[in-house]
Amino acid sequence: MFVDTVIEDKALHKPVFLIYLSVTVLAIFFALNFTNTLFGEFLRPVIGDPTESGFFGRFAVSLVLTIIFVLNLFAISFFKLKAQVAIVWIELFLLFLAFAYSFDLKMSFIQSRVPLMISRGLFTTIYISAISIVIATVIAVIGAIAKLSNNGFAYAISSFYTSLFRGLPLLLQLFLIYKGLPQLGFMVDAVPAAITALSLCYGAYMTEIFRAGIQSIPKGQWEASRALGFKFNLILRKIILPQAIPIIIPPTGNQFIAMLKDSSLASVLGVWELMYLARTLGQRDFRHMEMLLTAAMIYWALTIVLEVIQARIEEKYKQKS
Amino acid sequence: MDTKTNIPNNTEMTPVISLKGVNKWYEDFQALKDITLEIKLKEKIVICGPSGSGKSTLIRCINRLEAHQEGRIHVSGIELHERMKDIDVVRQDIGMVFQSFNLFPHLTVLENCMAGPNWVRGIEKNKAKERAIAMLEQVKIPEQADKYPDQLSGGQQQRVAIARSLCMQPKVMLFDEPTSALDPEMVSEVLDTMIELANSGMTMICVTHEMGFARQVADRIVFMADGEIVEQNTPEEFFNNPQHDRTKVFLDQILK
Repeated sequence: MFVDTVIEDKALHKPVFLIYLSVTVLAIFFALNFTNTLFGEFLRPVIGDPTESGFFGRFAVSLVLTIIFVLNLFAISFFKLKAQVAIVWIELFLLFLAFAYSFDLKMSFIQSRVPLMISRGLFTTIYISAISIVIATVIAVIGAIAKLSNNGFAYAISSFYTSLFRGLPLLLQLFLIYKGLPQLGFMVDAVPAAITALSLCYGAYMTEIFRAGIQSIPKGQWEASRALGFKFNLILRKIILPQAIPIIIPPTGNQFIAMLKDSSLASVLGVWELMYLARTLGQRDFRHMEMLLTAAMIYWALTIVLEVIQARIEEKYKQKS
Repeated sequence: MDTKTNIPNNTEMTPVISLKGVNKWYEDFQALKDITLEIKLKEKIVICGPSGSGKSTLIRCINRLEAHQEGRIHVSGIELHERMKDIDVVRQDIGMVFQSFNLFPHLTVLENCMAGPNWVRGIEKNKAKERAIAMLEQVKIPEQADKYPDQLSGGQQQRVAIARSLCMQPKVMLFDEPTSALDPEMVSEVLDTMIELANSGMTMICVTHEMGFARQVADRIVFMADGEIVEQNTPEEFFNNPQHDRTKVFLDQILK
């Protein structure tokens, strides 16, 4: 993004803004009422028994929280940009941990189940996603070329395909394939059904991304190639796609990340992937949150890995051009 | 040097390119009106005229980047029409230089020049590279060979574009306003390259507003207006003794 060269005063250093901010935050904390939480407990010396403290207690808790919050922002505002980002990330992460901790998690329960979640669940999730991503990419390249072609059949088929598979919920597609194909005499297992549904659905989205990427290359590139006597396939392979790929990568990376998470829908077919195990492993002991939070952390870690890979690839293409 | 070309050699007498009664429409708008023109081997033609007069459309019909609806166009005896199977073969022998250069930005200057010979003429890499370097020397920028197009100035890019076309060893070179997108101080370096090319005996058709260039190299100047060829003549006659009112008005404006 373009950053202007003129530096404006920081809003946080303006008294008026600070007052508005404090009042707003105070109102929000007051409305949410933290009196009966850990924060109320901390203020017991001042407000007495939190449950009995009434309006005064509620206001006091909100006020203290507001002061901490605003002072924190004010302090952070003096750091450099990178440090600010790091501090805010760490604080938000700590808040998330506090949120998780508030469920009274049993760590030994998590530890005993994590090996299975990773060896079976994570493995299946990655396995399904990876195969689907490859197939979806192939579909997208073919679909995009078909959509850009002058061939009536190719255009009709590909546009019907993208319309249909972008138009139906993925969960519905999953059931249609898993329940529908056997009735037509094709037996499908849950995993192939999940891979098929994911590939077709994301192939449809990615077809549009690839088409837009190819179309964004200036007409002059086609003309210059044609004028040199290049044939269509050669132009596409050597001239257009190499230029379109850097444009296609960021939205495609988003699709990969979305698909990785949507592979959790396979759990409704009884596939032993992460989500399925997260739901079932904790069921018997009523330890739902342990397993759900563990799965959440694994999904999150996976998407971070994908984001890093995506950033690396983008960087590589940026250097090249 | 590789001498493999797809178009048979012409004698000096027969035209390399001939257009007979060519008409072209965009929807209802008629862009070319009954164009008849013959260009002989080694002839240098400059096409000029006000904007929208159909100059660019005309030369883009010669390598069939545009389709004409009526009339006949022959390039070295091969007629261009919509059912032809080997348009690529004809195009390989017609070099084209565009107003906006249209270099391939993801390839280096050298790779831009090697692409045609290597990919479509099937010349092996080493030979294609040799030829590319020779052509870059001819346009006087061999030292930029390993750079990418966007690292070069406009004038340099256009010279690379000329070199890229020359690497295909074309019979004819088409120039579509090659200096119109350039900063003023870069126009002359491109024109000098074109003059040198003209002196080497290349058959050239140039759409340009550079009247100094026209005067210096053109064998014939074709003046177009509203899709028609209004007048064509030698530079001397064209500038000193224009026949038509439209030509006089145009020359008045452009030479002011």
